[in-house]
Amino acid sequence: MIAELGLAALWLSTALAVLQMVSGAMGMRDGANSPFAIYARPAAVVQAFLAVLAFFLLLYAFAVTDLSIKLVATNSHSAKPLIYKLTGTWGNHEGSMLLWVGVLALSGGLLAGMERRLPEKTMSATLAVQGFVALGFYAFLLLSSNPFERLPIPAVEGGGLNPLLQDIGLAIHPPTLYIGYVGLSVAFSLAMGALITRQVTPDFAKVLRPWVLGAWVFLTFGITAGSYWAYYELGWGGWWFWDPVENASLMPWLAATALLHSVSVLAARDALRTWTIMLGVLAFSMSMLGTFLVRSGVLTSVHAFAVDPERGSFILALLGLYIGGALVIFALRAGSISEGKRFTVTSREGALVFNNVMLSAILAIVLLGTLYPLLTEAFDVRVSVGPPYFNPAGAIFAIPMFVVMAIGPLLRWKDDKPARIQFELALLASVVIAVIALVAIFGDYSILAVLGLALSIALAIAALLPLRGRNIRRVPVATWGMICAHFGIAVALFGMASESAFTSEKLAAVAPGDTVEVAGWNIQMESVDPVAGPNWTAIEARILAARGDEEPTILAPQSRNFWSPPQPTSESALITRWDGQLYVVIGDQAGTDANGNNRWQLRVWWKPFVTFIWYGGLLVAFGGILSIAGRVRVDLKRRKAVEMGKERREDMDALAEGDAIDGKGGTGGNTSAAEPEPAE
Amino acid sequence: MRPIYLIPLALFLFFAGVAGYQLTQPKMQTIPSQMIEEPLPEFSLAPALENMPGASRSDFIGGEPRLLNIWASWCLPCIAEAPHLERLKEEGVEIIGIAVRDRPEAVADFLNRYGNPYTRVGADDISALMLEIGASGVPETYVIDAQGNIRYQHIGDVRANTVPLLLEQLENAR
Repeated sequence: MIAELGLAALWLSTALAVLQMVSGAMGMRDGANSPFAIYARPAAVVQAFLAVLAFFLLLYAFAVTDLSIKLVATNSHSAKPLIYKLTGTWGNHEGSMLLWVGVLALSGGLLAGMERRLPEKTMSATLAVQGFVALGFYAFLLLSSNPFERLPIPAVEGGGLNPLLQDIGLAIHPPTLYIGYVGLSVAFSLAMGALITRQVTPDFAKVLRPWVLGAWVFLTFGITAGSYWAYYELGWGGWWFWDPVENASLMPWLAATALLHSVSVLAARDALRTWTIMLGVLAFSMSMLGTFLVRSGVLTSVHAFAVDPERGSFILALLGLYIGGALVIFALRAGSISEGKRFTVTSREGALVFNNVMLSAILAIVLLGTLYPLLTEAFDVRVSVGPPYFNPAGAIFAIPMFVVMAIGPLLRWKDDKPARIQFELALLASVVIAVIALVAIFGDYSILAVLGLALSIALAIAALLPLRGRNIRRVPVATWGMICAHFGIAVALFGMASESAFTSEKLAAVAPGDTVEVAGWNIQMESVDPVAGPNWTAIEARILAARGDEEPTILAPQSRNFWSPPQPTSESALITRWDGQLYVVIGDQAGTDANGNNRWQLRVWWKPFVTFIWYGGLLVAFGGILSIAGRVRVDLKRRKAVEMGKERREDMDALAEGDAIDGKGGTGGNTSAAEPEPAE
Repeated sequence: MRPIYLIPLALFLFFAGVAGYQLTQPKMQTIPSQMIEEPLPEFSLAPALENMPGASRSDFIGGEPRLLNIWASWCLPCIAEAPHLERLKEEGVEIIGIAVRDRPEAVADFLNRYGNPYTRVGADDISALMLEIGASGVPETYVIDAQGNIRYQHIGDVRANTVPLLLEQLENAR
C-alpha cells in the first residue's frame, strides 16, 4: 500500500509539473490577462508537498524494511541499526534520485510560495522553467528508476547496504549536498525567466541572491562534511582525492561562488548582466552534469553507483534538453541585454570580476581534468587525471584569486585609487614575505604549501581589515557574513597548506607491546582482539598514544568485516588536538616477530592543523548564513517601512479628505516610503 | 546575435557528442598493462638453483615465442598453477621461470615436489625485473615474442581455462 501511495504521489506531482509549466507559459505570454496563469503557483506548492510525501513514504518503507519493495530488498537488511535503515533510503540510485526530485519540487514550491517581488511575467516564466525541469526528472524517475517497484515475491531478507555507507556521515552529507545542488535549480529558472522576459535588473539580482546564497551554504556544508567523511571513513588519510564525483560537487560550488559575487555586482551597480545569467545557467548545469557523471558509469569513480548506460542516455537527453536549451536561449537573447554600467579596473567591481574570471578558470580546469579521461577514451587511450594535474593547474589561478580576494573588499565601488589603501597593501605584502622567509628558513617544503601558508595568514588579516576604522556595532550583518566567509577560506587554506607541508607518516609492523614514534607521539600497541557489532565482526587494536610525557589516550582502530554484503572496511581512530590530528589505521596481520607474536600493520599520521580545513569550511558556510540573515533582516525592515509608509499615507489621505470636507488646507505631509538599501 | 554567445553552446554540444559516443561504447573493465607491445627490458639474472641455467633477455631472442613465468616457492597459487604449466610444456612451449625473493634450496624443493616446467630459472632477489615489467604480484605469466617484445600479460595463476588462451596468444605472437 505504501509503495502504491508513493507512486501515485509521484505521478500526481508529474501531472502538476505539466500544469505548472503550461500555466507558467501562458502567464509569460499574456501576463495577468491569462485566466490560466493563476494555477502555476499553487501547482508548484502542491507538487512540492506530494514529492516530499513520496520521499517520506519511501523512508517509511525502509524504516520497517518492507522487503516486497525491490529497492528495500536490494539495499537494506532487517538486522541493520534503524539509523542506517533510514539513511539507506538515499544510499542507492533510485532513492537518492527521489531525494533529488523531492528537493527540486520543494525548492520550486518555496519559490512559488514565497517570492513576490518579481514582475508577474518574469515570475510566470521562471515557474514554467522550473516545472519543465522538474518534469524531465519525474520522467527519469518513473520511467527508468522507479524506487517503488514491487518484487513479484517478497524477499526473505535484504541484501544489505554497502558498509562504507553505514556511517553517520551518510545521514548528513548527501542530503545537504543535494539541497545545494538542486537548490541551484531556482537560480537556473530565475536566470532563464529573467532572460526570456528581458528583466535582468538589479531588482532581479536582489531576488536571485538569497536563493543562490541558500543553495551555496548547503553546498559548502555538504562538501565540507563529505570531505571529512572520506577522510575518516576510507582510512586513506587524505581529505580530497580529485575523484570525479568530488569534482562534480566542487564544480557547482565554484560556479555558485562566482555567481553570488557577480550577483552582488548586479544588485549594487547594475553591471555584469549577461555574465550573471551565464553563471546562473552554469551552476545548475554543473549539478546536472555531476548527476550524469555519477549515474551513467562513463567515468570510473569510488562513488559511481548506477552503472547503467540506458539511464546514462536518459540523463544525457535531459542535459541536452535543459543545458542545451538554456544555452540556445542564451545565445539568442544575450545580445539584447546591454552589459550595464561601466567601472574601472581598480574598483570593487574590478576585483569581483577578477575573482569571477579566476573562479571560472578553476572551474574550467576541474571540468577539463574530470572529462579528459572521457575524451581520450574516445581515442582508446586510458588515462587517469589526479593531483599532479589539479594541484598546480588549479593553483595558477587560485593564488592570484586569493591575492585579489585579500584586496578586493578594501576597494570602493565604481572607481578607487590604490594609493588610498597603501597601508593595507604594504601590511599584507610584508606578511606574505615574512611568512615565506620564515618557512623557507626552517625547512624544505613544496612551493605550493609555502605559498598557501603565507597567503592564508595574509588572507586572515585581510578578511578583518574591512572592519578597520568602522564602528563594530554598526557593521551590517551581511558584511559580517562576508568577513566570516573570507576568514573561513583563510582558515581552510591554512589547514590544507599545513597538512601538505608538515604531515608526518609512519607505516610499521608491530606486535603487542611494541612502540612506534611519530612527530613527538609515542604510540604503543597494547593488544589486538576480535570484536563483533550488529552486522560486522572486527579486529580491534588497543593502542595507547601519548604526546611527550602526558597521560596516554586509548585508541581503538578497527579492521571491520561486514557480513551483509561481505566487505572489509577500516575504521580509523583519531585524537584531535587544537594543533592537529593523530590518525591511526590498523591493517592486516603481517607475520610474526622473533618471539612468535603476531605482528600487525599499523599506519600512523600526525597531521598538523588538518582540522582547520573543515573548521574553515564551516566558517564559510556560517558566513553565508549570516549574509542571508542580514539581507532578510534588511528586507523585512524595508517591507515594514513600506507598509508603515502606506498606512501613514492612507491616514494622511483620510485626514486630507476630512480636511477637504472641513474646508481646510492639506497638511503637506511627506511620506518617504522605502529607505534605501544600505550600500555594502 | 553575437557569435561569442554561441561558444558555451558549442562547448556543450562537443561534450554531449563525446559523452553520447562513450555511452554507446562497451565498457572496458580491465586496463591492459602499459608494457604490452614494449620490448622486454634488459636483464641478466643468476641461476635460482644449482643445476639449471639463469635467465637473461637474450634467452628470449630467436626461434619460437616463449612464456615468462614469475613465481616463487613461497607462493601458494604457484602450486595450483604447476600442473597447468606442465601441460603447456607438453604442448612444446618453452617456459622461462623467474623466482622472486627465493632461496636455492626452497626452489629445488618446490620443483621436486610439483614438477619442473622450466628450461631456465633466474633469481630475482630484489624484485627488480618484476618491477621493471610491471608485474603486480606473483604469479604472473607473460608471452614474449621471438624479437623479445612483451605481447601478453596474464595476472594470477594459470588455470585449466587459461591454457588455450595462452596457446592462442603464443600463436599470435609468431
